[in-house]
Amino acid sequence: MTSPHPILSILGVVIVAMSIAAFLIWVERRLLALWQDRYGPNRVGPFGLLQVLADSIKIFMKEDWIPPFVDIPVFILAPAIVFVTVLMSFAVLPVAPGIIVSDLNVGLLFFLAMSSLGVYSVVLAGWSSNSKYALVGGLRAAAQMLSYEVFMGLSLMGVVLLAGSFSLPAIVQAQKKIWFVIPQFPGFVLFLIAGLAETRRIPFDLPEAESELVAGYHSEYSGMKFGMFFVGEYMGVTLISSMIAVLFFGGWLGPVLPGLVWFFLKMFFFIAFFVLVRAALPRPRFDQLMSWGWKVMLPLALINLLATGAAVLAWR
Amino acid sequence: MLSILRTLWYVFLHSFRKRITVQYPEEKPYLAPRFRGRIILSRDPDGGERCVACNLCAVACPVGCIALQATEDEKGRRYPEFFRINFSRCIFCGYCEEACPTYAIQLTPDFEMGEFHRKNLVYEKEDLLIDGPGKYPDYNFWRIAGVTIGGKDKGEAAHEEGPVDVHTLLP
Repeated sequence: MTSPHPILSILGVVIVAMSIAAFLIWVERRLLALWQDRYGPNRVGPFGLLQVLADSIKIFMKEDWIPPFVDIPVFILAPAIVFVTVLMSFAVLPVAPGIIVSDLNVGLLFFLAMSSLGVYSVVLAGWSSNSKYALVGGLRAAAQMLSYEVFMGLSLMGVVLLAGSFSLPAIVQAQKKIWFVIPQFPGFVLFLIAGLAETRRIPFDLPEAESELVAGYHSEYSGMKFGMFFVGEYMGVTLISSMIAVLFFGGWLGPVLPGLVWFFLKMFFFIAFFVLVRAALPRPRFDQLMSWGWKVMLPLALINLLATGAAVLAWR
Repeated sequence: MLSILRTLWYVFLHSFRKRITVQYPEEKPYLAPRFRGRIILSRDPDGGERCVACNLCAVACPVGCIALQATEDEKGRRYPEFFRINFSRCIFCGYCEEACPTYAIQLTPDFEMGEFHRKNLVYEKEDLLIDGPGKYPDYNFWRIAGVTIGGKDKGEAAHEEGPVDVHTLLP
């Protein structure tokens, strides 16, 4: 399959990623409603699909208010960072054979680096807001994302060992025989949990715990700047779901249907799973979260890496 | 860990449950006969106004949304000159119905009274008064009460005996 022109694939990835993220707002509300025996938004347009449009018109029309006590340049920069870092990660995402913005040979590391940079957005937002709730939210986000990033990276090293490459298309190609979810099941579970923490979604949404911190690090944001955080979160969900599909479920590989369809099916399955987790699980205490990350998940990730390394060595 | 998976599974099973939302404008909810909705003023079986303008409803009303002025017709029968309910104040508690000695004021199973202008929620007597007797089809206050009005003298009401001439009781 011939690759499309780079500009075309960049535009395509950006537009598709952003529209999926916007569409996710509707998907999440409908799915949450389904699991709570309600309907959710079903009035605007067919099945309520235009709800997103109505919401975005509303949020664009809102006053873009900057509180007088904030550190203005940083305050404006923070929501842009979350957007940029997530969009940058989409650059290395192989959607289908040949459909990728840039086939970096260190694609996986690039993804990890970008998701680490995403912490800056949250921390700077909390810091520049100059309010106690935002600051506490930002601090929590920093602590949480740093400790979950450690084993997020380690949980993926098993995949790298098996595939023998950091390049994401090569990792997908290496799953021709068997999806990595089977030999790397502990790694999959670890990455799923780390991914939830990375996107700051409900069981790990302590940085924005509304019952304790108003809205955490984005308490002082309004209008489209808040919207950037909001859409950035959904883009993060899309990214993590696609990463799970690519790294553990064989990306575009699958019988009968074309690769693109398989990729999106797998991605939407994990997006739905993320929403199910949100519908079902409560938020832990912060010390539980930290000790769970450092005392349970990190040793497990190390053991998994050790076992995978030993197995790969013995196989050769 | 197992409990987390079980929770996820139980929540997932809700995909196959019936949704409890009533899709309101298309699908109307069931309203019980005693539902406390829009307030009406009813009439006697013979078509006269039941309200005797006693002001008990206005006094019982916790938000003070009822205003009326009593007057009498040429037969000596009391009735409200005007009767005004401000539905933008009304909390539909039903105390006025409880207080009413003549079953005149009644609450009905109708809540669809949305308006674009608040002033339109002030209902006058001609908006409130209905043609029928409401929940009590046979009740007729003036035929039971021992009050003299034009066309009905003492002792002519139902289950009533004529006045006794006290002089016949003297020893």
